[in-house]
Amino acid sequence: MDIDAVPQEGNATLGGHRKAMYARDAEGRIVIAPSRGWEAEEIVTSHAVDTLQAQAADALAQVRAGTASPLAYWMYACRMDVALLSQTSGFWQWRVRRHLRPAHFARLSASQLARYAEALGKTVDEIRQVPAA
Amino acid sequence: MSFQHQHAAHCESGVISNLLRHHGVPMTESLAFGLSSALSFAYIPFVKISGLPLIAYRMPPKSIIKGLMGPLAARFRFETFRSAAAGQQRLDGLLAAGKVVGLQTSVYWLPYFPPDMRFHFNAHNLLVYGKSGDEYLISDPVFEEPVRCASADLARARFAKGVLAPKGLLYFPEAIGRQDVTPAAVRKAILKTCRTMLAPVPIAGVRGMRLLANKVAKLPPADAHTTAFIGHIVRMQEEIGTGGAGFRFIYAAFLQEAATLAQMPQLSAFSDRLTAIGDTWRAFALKAARMVKGREPVDPVAIASKLRDLAALEEAFFRDLKAALP
Repeated sequence: MDIDAVPQEGNATLGGHRKAMYARDAEGRIVIAPSRGWEAEEIVTSHAVDTLQAQAADALAQVRAGTASPLAYWMYACRMDVALLSQTSGFWQWRVRRHLRPAHFARLSASQLARYAEALGKTVDEIRQVPAA
Repeated sequence: MSFQHQHAAHCESGVISNLLRHHGVPMTESLAFGLSSALSFAYIPFVKISGLPLIAYRMPPKSIIKGLMGPLAARFRFETFRSAAAGQQRLDGLLAAGKVVGLQTSVYWLPYFPPDMRFHFNAHNLLVYGKSGDEYLISDPVFEEPVRCASADLARARFAKGVLAPKGLLYFPEAIGRQDVTPAAVRKAILKTCRTMLAPVPIAGVRGMRLLANKVAKLPPADAHTTAFIGHIVRMQEEIGTGGAGFRFIYAAFLQEAATLAQMPQLSAFSDRLTAIGDTWRAFALKAARMVKGREPVDPVAIASKLRDLAALEEAFFRDLKAALP
């Protein structure tokens, strides 16, 4: 890539930051050039972010309908899945799956709730409810 | 504190080159990347990141730091901790002693990252060069300027759990035996990269690209998972692991430096050729992104065929590079 081809399209997912790219200058030397990002990157990153947000929104609707526990919402809102929440909380995956159901979640002890709260970086009070509509 | 921050394309090569320069070694990011033979390709279907397989365009975390120890006759100290409190105490002690310290962290828990880049990726690297009140002064090489981070946030990022959990890993040099790079070390590093890329195992190097191509070709075009998979290949190429600019371009920069450093002028032509391969990777990323966005029909077979073309280009490149070394 030549230095005048370094993309400056303004990738929104970079939040205004610039990233370093390597490109050839006029003398043919490869140098670092700051880039505002390009389209391809923005598309795939926002696609990944959108997928995560859609999962969180689905979970939120299910919590309100009474078919999922608040834990399901917070898990996706914190960009996690069952495997990752299991690794960070120390619960087996099958137990995490159970706790995604309202009846099982309601029976969790204070210390079990605290483990989830810690893993999600939230307080126990926060993870017991979901944001108001 | 006289620490000089420098913007880099990749976290680990950026951290180690900034750290070595702080200790008087004239090391650029690209030289660190090339000398540690960090360029690679790997498709690891049994390691999942959010349900998708690991696709790496470089060697695993820590290999750049470790790969520089031989050429520089250096010794580094690596420490991990059982508790966040112990980790923070040790970091504060080292900073009080005037050391610049490298850390492995999660990206998700670092508040200075833009929200759209905060994924659960645990092998990010950064340097801490001081503390002011409750905030650490951080040189994160993928950012243009130094940043600050509250101690509670940094502790959480250092002790994040999951795949590649950092366990509070910190590192700093104990001794650096030599400041210059020998032609022999350059030659050895290039040969190692050629071996990695041409390795006779199915998941690494050009064979890994072909295995990935075969996997992609079989995906059903209409499935949402297929779109996610194709987007994932590009994200691992461009963003995750803060690879940014593309490792092929960094390696091309290294080959250009090596041509002068090791008096091997034939490497200049290889640098140009790898730059062209990097551009082909970018064309691939753009095509894949257009499919993800729905501007082109999702066509796994076309993606697979582009990957096979790239595998052929890189196979020829590394065979020729190997043959061109004295």
